[in-house]
Formats: sequence, C-alpha cells, structure tokens
Amino acid sequence: MTLDASYTEYPKRRHGYDHELYTWSAMHERKPVDWGAGRKVAIWLCVSLEWFPITPSDTPFRAPGHMQTAYPDYRHYTAREYGTRIGVYRLLDAFTKAGVTASFATNSANAERYPELVADIIAGGHEIIAHSTDMNGTIASGMAEGAEAALISTSLDALEKATGARPQGWASIARSQSWHTPDLLVEAGVKYCCDWVNDELPYRFNNGLINLPLNHELSDRQIITVQQKSADSYAESMRDAYDWLAKEAAQFGGRMLPMHITPYIIGLPYRINAFEKLLGDLRARDDAWFATGGEIVDAWEKQL
Amino acid sequence: MLEGAKDPGLYDYAPYRGRKKIVWPEGKTCAVWVAPNLEYYEIDPPVHPKRKPWAKPHPDVVGYSHRDHSNRVSHWRMAEVMSRHGFPGSVSLSVALCQHHPEVVADGVARGWEFFSHGIYNTRYSYDMSEAQERSIIEDSIRTVQDATGQRIRGWLAPALTHTPRTLDLLAEYDFDYTCDLYHDEQVQAVKTATGDLVSIPYSLEVNDHYGFFVYNMSGREYADTLVRQFERLASEGGTVMCIPLHAYLIGQPHRIGPFEEALEHIAKDGRAWLARAGDIVDAWRAQV
Repeated sequence: MTLDASYTEYPKRRHGYDHELYTWSAMHERKPVDWGAGRKVAIWLCVSLEWFPITPSDTPFRAPGHMQTAYPDYRHYTAREYGTRIGVYRLLDAFTKAGVTASFATNSANAERYPELVADIIAGGHEIIAHSTDMNGTIASGMAEGAEAALISTSLDALEKATGARPQGWASIARSQSWHTPDLLVEAGVKYCCDWVNDELPYRFNNGLINLPLNHELSDRQIITVQQKSADSYAESMRDAYDWLAKEAAQFGGRMLPMHITPYIIGLPYRINAFEKLLGDLRARDDAWFATGGEIVDAWEKQL
Repeated sequence: MLEGAKDPGLYDYAPYRGRKKIVWPEGKTCAVWVAPNLEYYEIDPPVHPKRKPWAKPHPDVVGYSHRDHSNRVSHWRMAEVMSRHGFPGSVSLSVALCQHHPEVVADGVARGWEFFSHGIYNTRYSYDMSEAQERSIIEDSIRTVQDATGQRIRGWLAPALTHTPRTLDLLAEYDFDYTCDLYHDEQVQAVKTATGDLVSIPYSLEVNDHYGFFVYNMSGREYADTLVRQFERLASEGGTVMCIPLHAYLIGQPHRIGPFEEALEHIAKDGRAWLARAGDIVDAWRAQV
C-alpha cells in the first residue's frame, strides 16, 4: 500500500495560519490590558446549564455527559437533572455569599422548562450566554448550514424571550463548531463565542466575532470528571493558576482566569465546600476582578 | 530494521549491570535535556488511511485550538521558565512551523536551542510512505531547518511517532546522529542501520507531559513531583540521561507552569545535573565509548 503523492504536498504551508478564521499574534507582545483599579486577574466564572433529553442524539455527535446506557437511561437523565435542581442552587448561593457574578451558558430548553431558575439567575445579576437548545443540539461540519442557523436562532430567540435580552455570547456544546459557525453567529447578532481555547485573552476573528477563550483545561469536567482528581486538587490547581497569572500580569498587563464549572459535577455535597472555600480565597485577593464574560469583553474592547 | 522479523533487529541486548560508567562533564551524574515539541497541526489535513488526524470532523475546534495555544501564549511562558533556570531546549520541530510561525522558531534560536525534525506537520503520518516520499520529508527537514536556524539537524523524532521500516536506515544514510524514537534504555545506545552511525538517545514517554496529564491524569504538582523523583533516581544511579519532553500547550497552562518551574529549579540546584542539549549528550557519550 502506498500513499497518494499529494500526501506530501502542502498547499497551505505559508506565513500565518493554514486557515482564514483569525490572524496570529503572541499574547505577551500585545498592548497590555488594564482591568482598572489595580486589578490584575479577571476571574470569569462560567456555569454550564445543560438539559439532556433522555433520547440522546448522535447527530452530529453525542454531547459529553449524555446518556450512556440502553434506553431508558434513568441513571444519567436524573443525575444531570440533579444539576438544575440542586447543584445550581448551591452555586447560586455560593456566588451570593462571595458577592460575585458569573456567566451561565444556558441551553434554551432550560429557559422554557425551568423559568423560575432562569429568573433566579437574572435576579442574581448574572449573565446568560446562549448554549444551544438542549444537549442534543451539537454542531459539527457536515450538518446542513440551514439547520445550524436554525439551531442558533432558536436558542437565542428562546433565551431572549425568557430573559428579555438577547444573549451577547455563545458557547457551543463541547466547544464544537463547523466551518460555518463563526459567520452564522455574526449573522445571528452574537458578539462573542467561547469555543476556541488557543488564547487567554479575548481576540477578534476576521469576520468581527470576538472569541473569549473558555479554557477547557481549567474546567471541572476536565480536572474532576476526565482526569479524576478530587475537588481539593481542582481547587489547588485554580489557586496555582491564579498565582501564576497575577505574577504574569505584573509584567504583561491584565490576565484572565476562566473557571468553567458544571452544577452536577462541582455542585455535589462532597465537593461544594472545597469550591466555596476556593471562591472565598480568590475573593479575598486584592487584585482579583470577578466579572462576567460580557464585562470582560467590554473592558477589553474599550482598550483596543 | 529486519522487516517482518519478530525482533526488528534495532540493537543488541546490553544489560544495565556491568556497563562502563559514563561520566558527564564536570563529573555530573545525570545528563538532563529538555525537549519542547514545537509543533504545527493542520486544521484540515488530508486523512491518512491508517490514522485519523482529528477525532471530530474538521475543524476539531478544541483539538486544533488547544495546540495553537503553544504558538500564541504558552511557548514563551515555558521557554522563559527554562531559560531562567539554565535549561537549553532541544526542539522537536514540526518543520512547517518555520513557515507558519517563524517567530516561535526564532525565539528558540535566540535562546541557543538545538533543533531536530519532528516531520513536516504533526498531522502527516509516515506509515506507508514510498521511499521517495520519505526522502522528501527528510530532505525538506534538513533544508527548512538549515534555512531558518543555520543548523544542520542531527536528530529525528518521527512525526506523531509514525515510521516506516526504512526510516532509521534513511536517517543514517543522511548522516543523522540520533533518533528519539526508541525507548529501550536509560543511556545513549548504538542503533543498527544499513550504513552510517546512528544512536538512540533516551527521550521519554513515561515522563512526557502528555502522558503525565492525559495518560496518568496527574495534576501539575503531581507531574512536577514525578520529574523530581525521576531525576533523583537517575542522578543517584549515575551515567544516565533524563529527558523532559514537553508541549507548551500542556505544561504552559497557568495551573501547571508554577509547579513545573519549581521542579526545574530543584533539578538545576541539585548539583548533579548536566543541563545539556541532545547533540552535546550524544557527543559526550561517543567520546567515552
């Protein structure tokens, strides 16, 4: 068996990227960002608020955390519902106690199914980011462009109806986009997405869309569910990250610590205390700024 | 190699016990080299019949952008920490990075790092390449790195660790000195090739940051502790080589880089480590055998 001759040809080997989505720049060479008031690190709490139908879809792919057994998978359906009944209220209380606000990347199905929860989130001063329709609403290349556009507008419309404001931000399920997604998001009026994890500050795509990187490596899903670490180990990693970023900020300007959390993961009784303690510790830092995604994007945009 | 044979015939058996003790410069007992992988992964590469480049349909946003973090953010974070504690890099280079992001390559050159080839892209696999294709990636590597850095590459780490049965023979024919693809030893060892004089230098999968974080699921602190333990044991045995293979998008994440710096500081201050580049280690070994 031999490979086609084209396998060792490289038509996109050139200065810059092998795509036209965004241009290259090194973070440490950019004009320093100033979060104001002596604040060095913007801490962005982003909560995934998900609803998993008990009838999972594999088109285009099955979302992480979705049903695993043969139908009916009561185990995972209900364990995920625990997140929107119990875990999210532990988080809301923890945020209130710490006096901080967060972004909630919300499946629009939650706004339709649990309006009282969404009202509580809004009442707490938190931000709603659109997070597709429900956990069957995954996106990847191969899906019809029209279907993807409809998915995006269905989510945004439902969230706008429930909250009175059209979300400015979009988070794809599993951060998965198709080739069409950035343009469809701009056409739908979205200001920023949270899917590309290649940076630690906001940056702009060539089509005007802003990417606010929601680092998956710093998520409770990655550290606790995938890497199987304890809540204490997760909290230690977040403290180490904060310490490093604060040190770097002194030299290079404002930095950002995204903390992507999941109610059914971090909101369990044996984990939440470690998270509350972490939140309290970070809140006590003079140079920390707890901000929503929208606030960080706005502060960054003003300094361009 | 002996294609199709049960034993590929890469080297002779040589038990650890009873070997002549290698002594590193200034009487150091462990040669420590750091191997940052400076890579470029294509967003939409051709699909190889034996290996899919990405798990998801292209673009695999997390897969691609995670690796892109190296070239926008974490390369400099990792490199600064290395320089601060006196560790030069021996770079496993996707040579197309010389075209895509020459700024990253230039940073390594300015720090006095050595470069060797890790293929053209880490999304092009060598399996089933014709001899002409394989020669083309070797010649491309030599030429591209020479133009970008002024260095004639001496070593090879196969792209995405993909080989053909003729790879090592070709490397020897093109006067390469070392391969990083064999994991059978704690010291530099001769490799059997049709012609030439190729050796293997210990790279490492076991203490590779990728294994640390995604095979063994370590936290940043656990990985740092692993490096210290690895070093302590190898330094006490003496005559050994320790490699720390890195990927900036992994080790350079904000929650890992602080503990990693502490591990480097520990190794640098210990007094038994010879902080060297891969080629220096091969030369020092050759001078003693």
